[in-house]
Amino acid sequence: MQRLGGPALAALAILGFLGLFLLVPIAMVFFTAFSDAQGHATLGHFAVFFQQPLMLESFYNSLYVALSSSLAAALIAVPLAYLTVRFQFRGALLIQTLGVLPLIMPPFVGAVALQLIFGRSGSVNLLLDDWFGVTIPLMEGLNGVIFVEALHYFPFILMNLTISLRNIDGAMEEAALNLGARGWRLFSRIIFPLALPGFVAGVALVFVKVFDDLGTPLVLGATNMLAPQAYLRMTQVGTDDPMGYVISVMMIVFSIFAMWLSARVLKGRDYSTLQKGGSALQQRALSKGESILAYGWIGLIMLLVLSPHIGVLLLSFASIWSFAPLPDGYTFAHYATVFEQSPGMISNTLLYCGLAAGIDVVLGTGIAYLILRTKVVGRQWLDWMASAALAIPGLVLAIGYLRTFRGVLVPGTDILFTATWFLIMIAYAIRRLPYALRSCMAALQQVHQSLEEAAESMGATRLRTIRRVVIPLMAGGMLAGFVTSFITAAVELSATMMLVTKESQAPMSYGIYLYMQSTSGRGPGAALGVLAILAVALGTFASHWLVSRHQRLTQLHRREA
Amino acid sequence: MHLASRFCAVLIAALATITFNASAQTVTVITSFPKELTAAYKIAFEKTHPGITLEILNKNTVAGMAYLRELPVGQRPEVFWVSAPDAFEVLAREKLLASVVDLKNPQVPEKIGSFPINDPQGLYLGQALAGYGIMFNTRYLKANKLSAPSEWQDLLAPAWFNHVGITAPSRSGTMHLTVETILQSNGWNAGWNTLLRMSGNSAAVTERSFGVPDGVSNGQFGAGPVIDFFGLSAKYSGFPVEFVYPAETAIVPANIALVAGAKNPEAGKKFITFTLSQAGQEILLQPKVSRLPVLPYRELTSKVPANYPDPNAIAARSTVKFDTELSAARYEVVLKLFDQTITFRLKELQAATKAIFEAERKLKGATTGSQEELLAQARTLAYTPLVDDKQISDVAFLKIFSGNKKDPEVSKAISQFESDWNARSKERYERALDLAKKAAQ
Repeated sequence: MQRLGGPALAALAILGFLGLFLLVPIAMVFFTAFSDAQGHATLGHFAVFFQQPLMLESFYNSLYVALSSSLAAALIAVPLAYLTVRFQFRGALLIQTLGVLPLIMPPFVGAVALQLIFGRSGSVNLLLDDWFGVTIPLMEGLNGVIFVEALHYFPFILMNLTISLRNIDGAMEEAALNLGARGWRLFSRIIFPLALPGFVAGVALVFVKVFDDLGTPLVLGATNMLAPQAYLRMTQVGTDDPMGYVISVMMIVFSIFAMWLSARVLKGRDYSTLQKGGSALQQRALSKGESILAYGWIGLIMLLVLSPHIGVLLLSFASIWSFAPLPDGYTFAHYATVFEQSPGMISNTLLYCGLAAGIDVVLGTGIAYLILRTKVVGRQWLDWMASAALAIPGLVLAIGYLRTFRGVLVPGTDILFTATWFLIMIAYAIRRLPYALRSCMAALQQVHQSLEEAAESMGATRLRTIRRVVIPLMAGGMLAGFVTSFITAAVELSATMMLVTKESQAPMSYGIYLYMQSTSGRGPGAALGVLAILAVALGTFASHWLVSRHQRLTQLHRREA
Repeated sequence: MHLASRFCAVLIAALATITFNASAQTVTVITSFPKELTAAYKIAFEKTHPGITLEILNKNTVAGMAYLRELPVGQRPEVFWVSAPDAFEVLAREKLLASVVDLKNPQVPEKIGSFPINDPQGLYLGQALAGYGIMFNTRYLKANKLSAPSEWQDLLAPAWFNHVGITAPSRSGTMHLTVETILQSNGWNAGWNTLLRMSGNSAAVTERSFGVPDGVSNGQFGAGPVIDFFGLSAKYSGFPVEFVYPAETAIVPANIALVAGAKNPEAGKKFITFTLSQAGQEILLQPKVSRLPVLPYRELTSKVPANYPDPNAIAARSTVKFDTELSAARYEVVLKLFDQTITFRLKELQAATKAIFEAERKLKGATTGSQEELLAQARTLAYTPLVDDKQISDVAFLKIFSGNKKDPEVSKAISQFESDWNARSKERYERALDLAKKAAQ
């Protein structure tokens, strides 16, 4: 009994945390959406939602944008993934870099920058108008949102699809070739269907992310969408407005529906191939023409992907940039302004994201251990609950917090709980938990149980085994999980915007948004953006380095064993 | 485990700082003003008042009011500081403001034009003066061969189609003032006619309240209605923009007020006093701030920039006598009507406007009576407000909108109006488009 006590207690503690900061707030959102002023159950608010043309239009627009962005992202990602796996050429490294670059920038910062480059009077349109007398309305209305989101989120499809393609058994391709399938037919009938799981997972992720994004539509002025409507309702009418909760419920339902659909599409079909360890897909060398085509495509995508980065960089050094393809002059003043006015924002980001990522790793390791090494009843539920956070929009989680903790004081003081930064940090932790959890699970799966058995047979207690054997062996994966949580939390805006109550609490992501609210603030905002990108880029690089070092070490261990 | 225990220590220390921070004296200010302005005040105030920390809470006017309403007594921020005078009227009516009558700076004059600078009841004080006007980008105008506008009517011409940028009054207190200024100077129907035509010429209704000045500064739009300091601060920061006050403008004070039931009212009063002092007023003249002080120029020691607007001259020239009572009474209706018929239906309004301009161009010279009539009908459909001047002066109608939103009946009645306006305006713009096309045939 004593032995069982530890894991069960840990499971209860994790359950308590997830319950308080995930289940209860979301339940509150549902409760408010389905109850009237007296607390009786009602569908009246939903009836109002479906009666308002604006709400219906927002709903339709959100769906349209999420679907189109997924499609556009797939158009960018599929050729790139196919190129890396199928052909021998040096562009593969370029493509891998491409897959990371967009993710290190908050999408709304990208939106500001893309407006300067592709907007009505952006560099590209000014030049096009000058030379050919035409302009491209790429950034107008919903097009702009789709363009920005597709550029930002295509790496999700690229990464998942690449892994799927790599796992295809080469024998399948050989069989198809023997039977005479070639070229497009080979790709569309054999290779792509076999890689479908990765593709669908990536597309579903893009859909959910776009559906939930608040900053990009706000910056681009596309208000007729669900997330902006919920935000505007909550901030302008107040947290009592039932419509905000109804929109929140719609957003959760559709996120979960998208996830369910992606699982459903794949259900009942077998994508595994029998042999493992056989050859992978054949890698062909590119002919000269193909080479030019491939590099051309990569170059074009690279240019598009880098344009927000270039835009922000230029803006951060620009003295004046107005109705001209390039700034009038360059200055370091914006960086000086940021360091003079807002060093707090940088340290806030480090503090919140560091704590959040720390909590994630502790929870992730705990859950991973409970699932893989114990038989605690209901342990699988912890995994499902933690992963469900992926489908909860940040905005909805924040709304749930404001509702749940309304009027609650910090114990022993007269400070409102909602007025502290604690909830911002917790929101980050909950939202990024799925990422850290995956890393920790993977890390623990790679630790062979015999090592722990050996330790325990030598007389070590369970706790001691965990401390001296399991954790050190998992360290690489845990660190990678920490970094992933950290960098994704650093660029989060939806929940932050709802939960920040004072400027001194603002992390960088909100600071950038705040600066971008005035003409003379654009420069400092961009400078802060560049600093955020640098920080996240460093973090990403560190996590890649850690993971690859860890993999090398484990391979080394295996070989020695 | 070392790592974990160290992590716990950081967590505890962090929680302790939350509690500790509370014991230091802070003044929290809700404001819609840009960061350049608030940062300048924060630095100057904290330097002269050691021991007090200034906390800025940046919210647009409407969101700031919603935020105040939800906080319990004793938990509220100290100072409310935005441009829109009617927001203060609304807050005063809801008993959310405390008296600041003893904080007046005696050197500030009583009136600007005919408008009192300080609230007669002493619930809020004028801290700066603000006029509304047109900001335009000189490079954009040159590239698109547009002439510089000087009156609101200039922005309604066909040449300006798709070159104007506006924002919605529900997102920006200053836009609401601009809207009210236009409505009060032209009268309800003619005012909406101007607003609808200007919106029809707009490329976008920007979401952010600073979207218009930002869009004009970077050349997204040729021109747009803004509060003076957006135009002036961009101009004096070196952007190729200009700002003009049309005759139909109102110079009104941007106020500052003490919130009732605040945590630290004494410290809050110190900040209000500071903003009205000579040092506090001179901050307004910094190029990146560029606001008009309430203290007369002769009382300031720092030099006023060349060509800096003189508020008294503009007030003397202005044709509008701004009525804050009237503006506050129909506040909600104007916000919602604008959103439902313009913000959310911009696409249809633009299309109708474009068709009307094209028809006008075609019909020029050779018009038959029936074509002219169709066009007139199209204009009426597109540019007439869905609430007429009789309804807007109906007290019972206005009362629906000032009712308690928590009451499901009230919120249902309001959303009924909203969806009705939305649907009807869409239908009317589409009909206007058809009629204009028919007229052009």
